[in-house]
Amino acid sequence: MFNILFSLFISFFKIGLFGFGGGYAMISLIQNELKLHGWLSLEEFVNIIAIAEMTPGPIAINSGTYVGFKVSGLAGSIVATIAVVVPSFILVLLLAHFYDRVRGSDYIIRLLLYLRPILIALVFAAAISVARTSIIDFKSIMILLAALFLLHRTRIHPVMIIILAGVSGVFLYG
Amino acid sequence: MQKKAAKLVKLFTIFFRIGLFTFGGGFAMIPLIRREFVDKQGWIDEERFIDAISVTQTVPGAVAINLSIFFGYRLLGLAGAFTAAFAVALPSFLIILGIAAFFNNFSGHPLLDNIFRGIRPAIVALILYGGYQLSKSVKWTGSLVMTTVLALMAVSLLNISPVIIIFIVLLVSFISHLLRAGRIVLDEDRQKPVKEGQDV
Repeated sequence: MFNILFSLFISFFKIGLFGFGGGYAMISLIQNELKLHGWLSLEEFVNIIAIAEMTPGPIAINSGTYVGFKVSGLAGSIVATIAVVVPSFILVLLLAHFYDRVRGSDYIIRLLLYLRPILIALVFAAAISVARTSIIDFKSIMILLAALFLLHRTRIHPVMIIILAGVSGVFLYG
Repeated sequence: MQKKAAKLVKLFTIFFRIGLFTFGGGFAMIPLIRREFVDKQGWIDEERFIDAISVTQTVPGAVAINLSIFFGYRLLGLAGAFTAAFAVALPSFLIILGIAAFFNNFSGHPLLDNIFRGIRPAIVALILYGGYQLSKSVKWTGSLVMTTVLALMAVSLLNISPVIIIFIVLLVSFISHLLRAGRIVLDEDRQKPVKEGQDV
């Protein structure tokens, strides 16, 4: 029990510590940890991303709560959720404290410059790995293309697109 | 003292509400925070607000959490940071807990399976589109494209941990910063006092 909680803490601490850019860029990190420990299948993780998109709150918090609960109940969900926040907490406090000194600093601008392309690569890597379990037949390709079209050409809210995709899943696969 | 307690309660209420109504990632909460902090409460001015947004992005972690900790601390110190972070995370924690308990009982139900089979391709679309939008914010050069493609191949094909890749980038940027700092240290020393005087 204690061992599981400990590795949950370490994993989600790592996710919080290296999760630059938040959101989609963190998916690759989370998935890497899940694969390492076998806590969740990739399919289940994609379901969590879907739930995270439809419920309020960041993907990192949502995955921490869900994975923690799945692995070790309420205690697990509390530990994983706290663990993913702790690195942010420490670093943001430092930043807030020295805010006036680091504001507009050359170094931070340079850091972002270096990091941005890597974060983009991580987002596309996440898309590829999610696609491996999600794009499985002709129907799923149709849903993918329809969703891309709606995202690019209309102003329909992403939550609505997810709901539409779920409904079409019932009709196409039911 | 009592005034501080009242402010903490206010902070909790604001961030709980923000946590409850922020769908689709941390950037969606920026207008919500602005309305509360800049327009309604007048706790921070517009320029500092925009600065704060760009500065918190340099720290790892979820944008929503980072923003809440930052503003909580700037307003009410450590207690403010705790309160804001707790308040912003609490709604999603409770909601996901409920969903996780629900899924424990209902996973494997054919209707639910079909719903998610339909949803998963749409998630691929959302992530792809997110990547596309992020890539529009970069002024692409040959070497940047190369870096991106190499990183993508390293993660997707070679299964290299993203942690290692991010760590390498941090290291490289830190070294290049040191090298640069070493070269222009004399110039900076002369200019810095003037610059800081203007900034404050």
